[in-house]
Amino acid sequence: MSLEVSLQHRHGAFVLDASFATHGGVTALFGPSGAGKTSVVGAIAGLLRPRKGRIAVNGRLLLDTEMRLFVPAAARRIAVVFQDARLFPHMSVKDNLLFGWRRANTKADGATIAHVVELLGLGGLLTRSPQRLSGGEKSRVALGRALLASPDMLLLDEPLASLDAARRNEILPYLERLAREARLPMLYVSHSVEEVARLADEIVVMRDGRVTTQGPAFDLLTDVDAIVGVPPLGAVFEAKVAEHRADGLSLLAFDGGVLTVRRLPQELGTQLRVRLRAEDIMLAREEPRAISANNVLPCIVHAVRASGDEADIQLLCGATRLVARITGASRERLGLEPGVAVFAIVKSVTVEREAG
Amino acid sequence: MSEILSPAESQALLLSLQVSGVAISCALPFAFLAALLLARVRFVGKSLVDGIIHLPLVLPPVAVGYLLLVAFGSRGPLGSWLLHNFGVRFVFSWTGAALASALITFPLQVRAIRLALEGSDTGLDEAAGTLGARALDRLLNITLPLAWPGILSGAITAFAASLGEFGAIITFVSNIPGQTQTLPLAIYAALQAPGGETEAARLCALSILLALVFMTAGEFARRRARQ
Repeated sequence: MSLEVSLQHRHGAFVLDASFATHGGVTALFGPSGAGKTSVVGAIAGLLRPRKGRIAVNGRLLLDTEMRLFVPAAARRIAVVFQDARLFPHMSVKDNLLFGWRRANTKADGATIAHVVELLGLGGLLTRSPQRLSGGEKSRVALGRALLASPDMLLLDEPLASLDAARRNEILPYLERLAREARLPMLYVSHSVEEVARLADEIVVMRDGRVTTQGPAFDLLTDVDAIVGVPPLGAVFEAKVAEHRADGLSLLAFDGGVLTVRRLPQELGTQLRVRLRAEDIMLAREEPRAISANNVLPCIVHAVRASGDEADIQLLCGATRLVARITGASRERLGLEPGVAVFAIVKSVTVEREAG
Repeated sequence: MSEILSPAESQALLLSLQVSGVAISCALPFAFLAALLLARVRFVGKSLVDGIIHLPLVLPPVAVGYLLLVAFGSRGPLGSWLLHNFGVRFVFSWTGAALASALITFPLQVRAIRLALEGSDTGLDEAAGTLGARALDRLLNITLPLAWPGILSGAITAFAASLGEFGAIITFVSNIPGQTQTLPLAIYAALQAPGGETEAARLCALSILLALVFMTAGEFARRRARQ
């Protein structure tokens, strides 16, 4: 799977001039409000006709203004989950779910429909009217409706932005299961650091109508310069369950060392996605002894960025990049410059999801 | 009904309902297309088209009737063509009355439907498009059902207004009992006849009753549309 996008468009004073290419999995389109993310989604879906541009999904051309090619939305096989769900109010949940399915060339079979209904927990909602659903339920129905249209690609335009934190946490696991199970390429638009860190394989960062950075999530999330104005998100990398110890702890092996965490339910050998938040890493110039933290990793300082009173320190732990956020004063006291050897004291490890 | 209304009165009532019913239902598809054009399509000369559609609302109905007579009279260009090719005749016939009513109430229908279309969420249309629904499919399955309460309310209001049409009908198709004499024309005829005041008053009461029934129905439909 591949997505190639190159767009030039002007809407009033707003100028969109964005190009990027991604390959497979979940791509996060990340950036502040007004960066042009929704315009990019509209152009890919066929809802916006840019002045100039080229869009190809899996090598299939959907737009090429030079060739005067514009495939209409209805023929693109690109499903969109809108921020406001956009369920059809005059149809039941079931008819909403089957709207795209009825119009798809290759229809999902009964088992797939049942699976989607199960995955999104829609079984009890089928006969209801969309007006009687909660915000979280609406998002799930919109997601199911998009999936059952058997699209080549799924665009999610801030699907969780209109929900409160509780509802968001209700939907995120569904999206994670989807990213893992459905093997459907997704472009996930968000300005939420949390969502991007949990879901994305690749990240495209937009600002003022332009793409400022793009690359693998594992690299960008620890890059102290990647996303200007946003604190680095913390390291995200893959680790394997290496051992379940008798003392109630598990060991996770990664490219650069071993992390000790509370007992995990996963089997030995399972690949997990692990996140170390920048705020959860302390740095020491000498190896600390007699310390309660379970994880102390020897690292080399790779890059430093000062932002206000804080400093973001990018570290190399073997081949794995970590990032720590400390105060500028600490940085000065410890004399942290690129090349200096330090010990990273990891206060907590977040296991995001099974990798795959 | 015959015990309350005289045969002439019930004839005028039934003719009114027939004329208005045919006028509104025949004009409805055209009104929908015109409203769709005005609400959803951007084109040059839109204000002019909008103005032409609204002309019957501001022109004197007598002028509309006269223009119809010129165009659809037996010697008029459209009238003679229709008569020769299809044997359709509008003058001195209830169909002519329906045509006049349809034209006069056309702007009312277009306005109501346009409001309903403009109030409906184009985002739903977009969503349907991304799910594989093409233009006609979206029109029939999304736009039309969502605008339906507005369309119905517009049609009922136009129907009620059509029941009162006088000037265009009497100018175009004259005042022939049983043919073109709708309720307002019957009231006029009664007033012209000596000692017809009682008859006119009875017909007036009947008109008020009809108007109230359909205005209430229209309001009911409007309220449902807002839900």
